[in-house]
Amino acid sequence: MSQSAVVVENLSKSYLIGHQFSSSGKKYKSTIREIIGREISNIARKAVDVARGRQVVQGDEIEEFWALKDVSFEVKQGEVLGIIGRNGAGKSTLLKILSRITEPTEGRALLRGRISSLLEVGTGFHPELTGRENIYLNGAILGMTQREIRKKFDEIVAFAEVEKFLDTPVKRYSSGMYVRLAFAVAAHLEPEILVIDEVLAVGDVEFQKKCLGKMDEVSRSQGRTVIFVSHNMEAVLKLCNRAVFIESGRVRNIGDVKTVVPTYLHSQSSSPRVVDLSAKPRLFEYTGKARLIKISPSEATSGWSFPFGKRLSLDLTIDAISTTRFDVIVGVYSSLGFEVATWTNKCNGVELVVRPGTNIFRIEYQNLRLLPGRYSLGFGIIGDRGYYDDGVNSDAVQFEIIPSPEAVKMEAHHFGGAMAASARVTRLDHDCVQETAEKGSVSTQGSCGVEPSGVGQANQ
Amino acid sequence: MLDTIVIEAGRAERHYWLDLWRYRELFRVLAWRDLSVRYKQTIFGLLWAFIRPFLAMVVFTVIFGRIAKLPTEGSAPYALMVFAGILPWTFFSTGLSEASNSLISNTNLIAKIYFPRLIVPIASVVVAFADFLISFGILLGLMVWYWFLPDWRMIFLPMFTLLAFFASVGPALWITALNVKYRDFRHIIPFLVQFGLYVSPVGFSSSVIPAQWRLLYSLNPMVGVIDGFRWCILRGQVELDPQRLLVSVAVVAFFLWFGVRQFRKAEKSFADLI
Repeated sequence: MSQSAVVVENLSKSYLIGHQFSSSGKKYKSTIREIIGREISNIARKAVDVARGRQVVQGDEIEEFWALKDVSFEVKQGEVLGIIGRNGAGKSTLLKILSRITEPTEGRALLRGRISSLLEVGTGFHPELTGRENIYLNGAILGMTQREIRKKFDEIVAFAEVEKFLDTPVKRYSSGMYVRLAFAVAAHLEPEILVIDEVLAVGDVEFQKKCLGKMDEVSRSQGRTVIFVSHNMEAVLKLCNRAVFIESGRVRNIGDVKTVVPTYLHSQSSSPRVVDLSAKPRLFEYTGKARLIKISPSEATSGWSFPFGKRLSLDLTIDAISTTRFDVIVGVYSSLGFEVATWTNKCNGVELVVRPGTNIFRIEYQNLRLLPGRYSLGFGIIGDRGYYDDGVNSDAVQFEIIPSPEAVKMEAHHFGGAMAASARVTRLDHDCVQETAEKGSVSTQGSCGVEPSGVGQANQ
Repeated sequence: MLDTIVIEAGRAERHYWLDLWRYRELFRVLAWRDLSVRYKQTIFGLLWAFIRPFLAMVVFTVIFGRIAKLPTEGSAPYALMVFAGILPWTFFSTGLSEASNSLISNTNLIAKIYFPRLIVPIASVVVAFADFLISFGILLGLMVWYWFLPDWRMIFLPMFTLLAFFASVGPALWITALNVKYRDFRHIIPFLVQFGLYVSPVGFSSSVIPAQWRLLYSLNPMVGVIDGFRWCILRGQVELDPQRLLVSVAVVAFFLWFGVRQFRKAEKSFADLI
């Protein structure tokens, strides 16, 4: 059983791409004579290409571009492999090669078993044909036999929830119905190896859930090998055992999904590690006393994305001209701009003092648990007389809390903001004496957590 | 035992013809799709398959038969003679132009699904064949109208139909492969078909061509096909010269071989270029 279902060895694929001419310094050649001259030389070049049987590329300069380079991995039988990476990293090219749509330039791949690929929902659907006809058409295109389709027809229709419109041309369908029907056909494929590209990004939330459930069923209970490309990390974490992280056509990381996904997300974070605050827009006029200079995560290797549950720790640099007592305020904002958590040294009852020159403070949050999502930070310094000395906007630093398996388990993507560390639950409807923490009770009475604010902020 | 697929540069053609057989169901479904879509949301529907060849016949009969007063074949009515030419010509030209554009009009399939690409152009020629069968009804009507019934030679008609089929598949494969690479061919095909109508003996009998040029004329594969059709339908009132027929068959065979070869050479890169 542990024989590899898919073996990929040094797979590479190159394309020729063209660029518009701009080498003579002038960006656009715009006189008619120049345009005509360029067109003529283009036609001449294309004629030469045709004569030599080469591919015709639009543009003045031609470059070889490696969409994939030396990609190798294996997928065991019954395993679900996630392929992640940014747009244009080469994921789709890889899937195209594996589904035999295009040939690799170098390298090889070995597939053991019948393969079906689902690179697009509703490939080959014909708008003029009815839902019923399209089920047969699409099924055949995806490689099902007529007998298989007939056997599963009712199941497909039920899954898609389009019973009423079976004999309506699909061009009259709403886009949701269209997608549901298309996915329903694909979901009932029974290949040994299934290759799927980002098809869960369609349909409403309810249907997406249904699709995920179906995929889970297909891979887990039916033991199929699945190769799955997605930008939805929740889905990848939920469905896959292992993942491949592809960057600019090369495998950057491969292994357990729980280690590869964070690596990918780390590489994604938008702010540089050390953010130069001195260049950020100010909230207040500079008083000349103290100034916010730099902020970075404390851990030297960390970027601005933190796995859910990891303690947030920041290093803040402040320049001052004299020795004074002052207060620091750090605000955490949701992606919508709401303040979800605030900390100031007054919370702890600590007094802070700056000395002339550069001062670096480490701010470690003891029990702030932000739910997965995008956040930003804002900073302020208040001098000893109670006036702001300096302050930067609430979007000075962007960061991200990324889902961990723990977050997926508690379906954290439904929530946002800071998570209250704990809450006592008391049953009020019949016997108040019986103080239990039964599931399903509603009333939260007081919080023993010390979270500042905004527990319920939705940031999605 | 699971079947193992190896993907490697230049490896795709190993089991080509076997794969083609394996995908016969897709072939059937694609042909069925093209057929059922062909006359959707039209008022006349299937009637179009009658109307076009019928009008062409009327026009050719009037222009070549009445106005130019060209001779017919033996004692056959001019209209019947013309229609015996229009029938294979329409099949050939529709097949050729549909198949030549078939890859481009199925871009989404080519870019997203693997299958032997040969299926697509051939399926569209099959659709043209369905039209051919419908127009055949007109021929039967004309035969009854003129009371010009065919004899035993009619048995050979399927052979010439097959010849017309191959005559359109060969060049179509070549052109459709080129069309993927160079879209210029999309503009060339309508011109080519129109041109072909006049250099083929559709509206007139090939006997109007001077005898010393007849052999050369047979290099046009449709000359052999149309003469063959007329020989079958018009009770042999057309003389069917074996030598000339052989030339046409040879040209068809060459183009078929050449078309398949070019198509398979280009096939691997379709998804990248389309």
